Amino acid sequence: MEFAELIKTPRVDNVVLHRPFYPAVEGTLCLTGHHLILSSRQDNTEELWLLHSNIDAIDKRFVGSVGTIIIKCKDFRIIQLDIPGMEECLNIASSIEALSTLDSITLMYPFFYRPMFEVIEDGWHSFLPEQGFELCSSATSEWRLSYVNKEFAVCPSYPPIVTVPKSIDDEALRKVATFRHGGRFPVLSYYHKKNGMVIMRSGQPLTGTNGRRCKEDEKLINATLRAGKRGYIIDTRSLNVAQQTRAKGGGFEQEAHYPQWRRIHKSIERYHILQESLIKLVEACNDQTHNMDRWLSKLEASNWLTHIKEILTTACLAAQCIDREGASILIHGTEGTDSTLQVTSLAQIILEPRSRTIRGFEALIEREWLQAGHPFQQRCAQSAYCNTKQKWEAPVFLLFLDCVWQILRQFPCSFEFNENFLIMLFEHAYASQFGTFLGNNESERCKLKLQQKTMSLWSWVNQPSELSKFTNPLFEANNLVIWPSVAPQSLPLWEGIFLRWNRSSKYLDEAYEEMVNIIEYNKELQAKVNILRRQLAELETEDGMQESP
Amino acid sequence: MEHIRTPKVENVRLVDRVSPKKAALGTLYLTATHVIFVENSPDTRKETWILHSQISTIEKQATTATGCPLLIRCKNFQIIQLIIPQERDCHDVYISLIRLARPVKYEELYCFSFNPMLDKEEREQGWVLIDLSEEYKRMGLPNHYWQLSDVNRDYRVCDSYPTELYVPKSATAHIIVGSSKFRSRRRFPVLSYYYKDNHASICRSSQPLSGFSARCLEDEQMLQAIRKANPGSDFVYVVDTRPKLNAMANRAAGKGYENEDNYSNIKFQFIGIENIHVMRNSLQKMLEVCELKSPSMSDFLWGLENSGWLRHIKAIMDAGIFIAKAVSEEGASVLVHCSDGWDRTAQVCSVASLLLDPHYRTLKGFMVLIEKDWISFGHKFNHRYGNLDGDPKEISPVIDQFIECVWQLMEQFPCAFEFNERFLIHIQHHIYSCQFGNFLCNSQKERRELKIQERTYSLWAHLWKNRADYLNPLFRADHSQTQGTLHLPTTPCNFMYKFWSGMYNRFEKGMQPRQSVTDYLMAVKEETQQLEEELEALEERLEKIQNVQLNCTKVKSKQSEPSKHSGFSTSDNSIANTPQDYSGNMKSFPSRSPSQGDEDSALILTQDNLKSSDPDLSANSDQESGVEDLSCRSPSGGEHAPSEDSGKDRDSDEAVFLTA
Repeated sequence: MEFAELIKTPRVDNVVLHRPFYPAVEGTLCLTGHHLILSSRQDNTEELWLLHSNIDAIDKRFVGSVGTIIIKCKDFRIIQLDIPGMEECLNIASSIEALSTLDSITLMYPFFYRPMFEVIEDGWHSFLPEQGFELCSSATSEWRLSYVNKEFAVCPSYPPIVTVPKSIDDEALRKVATFRHGGRFPVLSYYHKKNGMVIMRSGQPLTGTNGRRCKEDEKLINATLRAGKRGYIIDTRSLNVAQQTRAKGGGFEQEAHYPQWRRIHKSIERYHILQESLIKLVEACNDQTHNMDRWLSKLEASNWLTHIKEILTTACLAAQCIDREGASILIHGTEGTDSTLQVTSLAQIILEPRSRTIRGFEALIEREWLQAGHPFQQRCAQSAYCNTKQKWEAPVFLLFLDCVWQILRQFPCSFEFNENFLIMLFEHAYASQFGTFLGNNESERCKLKLQQKTMSLWSWVNQPSELSKFTNPLFEANNLVIWPSVAPQSLPLWEGIFLRWNRSSKYLDEAYEEMVNIIEYNKELQAKVNILRRQLAELETEDGMQESP
Repeated sequence: MEHIRTPKVENVRLVDRVSPKKAALGTLYLTATHVIFVENSPDTRKETWILHSQISTIEKQATTATGCPLLIRCKNFQIIQLIIPQERDCHDVYISLIRLARPVKYEELYCFSFNPMLDKEEREQGWVLIDLSEEYKRMGLPNHYWQLSDVNRDYRVCDSYPTELYVPKSATAHIIVGSSKFRSRRRFPVLSYYYKDNHASICRSSQPLSGFSARCLEDEQMLQAIRKANPGSDFVYVVDTRPKLNAMANRAAGKGYENEDNYSNIKFQFIGIENIHVMRNSLQKMLEVCELKSPSMSDFLWGLENSGWLRHIKAIMDAGIFIAKAVSEEGASVLVHCSDGWDRTAQVCSVASLLLDPHYRTLKGFMVLIEKDWISFGHKFNHRYGNLDGDPKEISPVIDQFIECVWQLMEQFPCAFEFNERFLIHIQHHIYSCQFGNFLCNSQKERRELKIQERTYSLWAHLWKNRADYLNPLFRADHSQTQGTLHLPTTPCNFMYKFWSGMYNRFEKGMQPRQSVTDYLMAVKEETQQLEEELEALEERLEKIQNVQLNCTKVKSKQSEPSKHSGFSTSDNSIANTPQDYSGNMKSFPSRSPSQGDEDSALILTQDNLKSSDPDLSANSDQESGVEDLSCRSPSGGEHAPSEDSGKDRDSDEAVFLTA
């Protein structure tokens, strides 16, 4: 298919662009295969350069012969184009619609994007499972890497390499896989060096209504416990929901069969409930007409912060089991690809100082989200403005980022990255020139040959010039476990993402700049003082040498 | 003290608000000024001090097997729950506190016994730190249009006004007196703020006694005079900060609002800020929400909305913004009033002044602003904040709302204020503490009669002395945000106004961000200053040595020990491990999260050392070894007077992750 077929009118003059914080500007609108570009006529500068894949929904309306297209982006921005000529407007609208909803992944921009920067470090190889395992294997020999899923045959949503208890062989893993939803047998998610406790994750056990059991599964899980120790299974569904899944072949671990494990049910919402929550929240943020009370009740009705609180609470509980109880845990919901990953990754933010660094956080996303098979392609297909509600669309990753922001807000000096880093990840998860978030799992990414055909987000982010934008000037390595508060008073709305286009951040940006300046100046002085000290020391030794006979 | 029935009760338990199962055993003391709880635990002997004047309500709850619970709610939003073993003791404490918390004479208040060990001269200096004559001079007064009037000498015209008042030059004593007779409590229009740049001014008064048809020539002339004092504009805004309905209801009582037909060239405007009773109830409702034990997000947001508190804050802000715009953009003078002109009028005038004039956003300027718009113009501190036992219907968080407005602005303009959040919190605390004389009584007249300045100390001097604690590190005098008027967005931004947990939940330390950016940056700046000095010294020495070497003489100089610059830690952490009972029953899973108990210093007020991961130092906690102890750079200049802090207790806060 040629993009040209979809572009009925590639170019329109005298288009007026309205967008947040800028005065309206008139210019020429151009459509390319992947971008919508508006260049102003004055000096031919590009005023707007928008990826079609960032477009969530469009509305059109006509006043006389001038058509207006309202473009609602996945990053929640809303822009408006006034296009003279009804036909042009209709053509543009239908082209945008077609181009922003391309069916084939291989037509997406990452397959066409050619980087304008020199790749110093190929992000596709920055975070290899073997490296992650080294951190664990240096402390214990109880775990091993298994290649049982090499061909993605045992579990299609797992990566080829996973970490499992050493005493469990691949044959047993295959059996366990048949007993777990989607073949997602329990694997190691995190090893807590301090006390050797672990977080494992999996899909739900397929116990069904007649209480099916699997000896290998029980053996695998028990193999992670130290002698005489007990563990916790955190089921991210309410008991009720978990019971209901038995009718569909799913279920949960029966205590009788897992006597060393205690099951805790926490209720984290999923799928369309989350998507609707996001839609309501963004709608509330965009509604500027209502009064104070309506704002708060709309915020409340969106339930977004309730979800944040639930997820964070569960993550804290998991971290508490590990660090305070000295108990290992297994986390799963139904598929083990959504709420499970929210909890395992947030628990690591709380427990593991490394995951609060930039590299460490990237590794966490690579390991706990991409490799772990969070279906980004499905979940992030649409955002807050979508009309076509698909069951599999859900802002699971955005909720995770919001939770990280909440912890960052409570511990502003304990993270190496800043809020902009989280916003950047949100944007790229929904629309990007990089291949990192394409596909739903490692298997799909392999088939798409993303490593060969597209550029990794990490290749770009990890350049020093880019990193400086995402580095938190306040960062001081904090080797401790950080326990966030989950009281509603402590969990505000993430304005940086939800009110980003509704209020100017000028004064806040200035404050950030001021903060950077204060710290930079201090560092500068320190460097100067150190140089002088050295000079002085040298001079004085010379002095001393001259003095000695 | 005759009111203390029992000065000491042993074996009292202080219940932890966050995890009620945890309680500290100790001894309760009642003194003439404080309730003091001292923990038995030998390694901490932690003390909790509560000023009687901070006590808002005392509630005796139903006796249980463990004893008789007593709940003390404080005006600074601290809540203390005690369990007293004997019903009799509890009753005695209750009866004593009821009396102690409601003094009937000013002399009973703490400021008359508080002695910060300053000599007479220092005390006097403290009282002249903030000088309103200087402030009017700074505004550019007196000038061609405005003059200092002595009409209220000896409070002859209006006993709730100060003696020093600025009025338009063309307003004769006759006009003033005539106008005062036409205004509630004779609070005639006077100048609150003069905007040098364009001669526009903010004036204030009470409502006119217009009833349904009454008019007063002198009052009309007074408004004329205000208009004429601003040659740049041919009209005056008259802003009635009340809801229209309230103002109309007042007409039936012979009061009311200005009739545009009678006054030439005025533009009349209602703003719609609710009265003190609505505000009192609103705060009450919001505090109930803050008090909820492990509320859900919906409970909290719904309760916050239902309280209406943020709506009221927004109304006050909107009024301030309207006036600031009228003055700075339209160049029009504004007369502001409500009913008596001492509550909403004070709020609105001070918010508008704060928006207009960067001076009021400095430490000293803010003190001046409160001194001018609140203290001198007769805001009824005694009635509103219940310093002396009085009509509970007079109590209302009027200045609390203003202080919150300032905080909301600080959130929007982080570089615009010289002071930080702690400054606001401490001012709020002392408005209720009665430790300093500034906020006593209802008017300047009463304060002079009581000889406050000779008998008590000034808060401003105290805050000024410790100003290092109150500075905003992001403030720079030459920053663009510190120049001129603060411009708020014109579109309605409801989401701009946020719940202030730093104030209303300030004793729940665990709910606050665990690391303070302010303290971190202040520490960096302090170090920067040291580095600057060191740099200079080094350069000097280097130059000297180089000169000496050039001259080929041998001079021995000693190298000073380089000071080590380690990181700035905002946290004072060590993790304590409290292994929990690990029984099989799921319900026995600890209902407590890893706690972040601050073994906070005695300086809750001055040194809110925000800690990151704080240890739970319960008696048998086993300290984890090998955990880095990041030492804390605490803000300098703590106040050690026990009276200062309302809580010497370690605030332990535990988020409860497991819901029952």
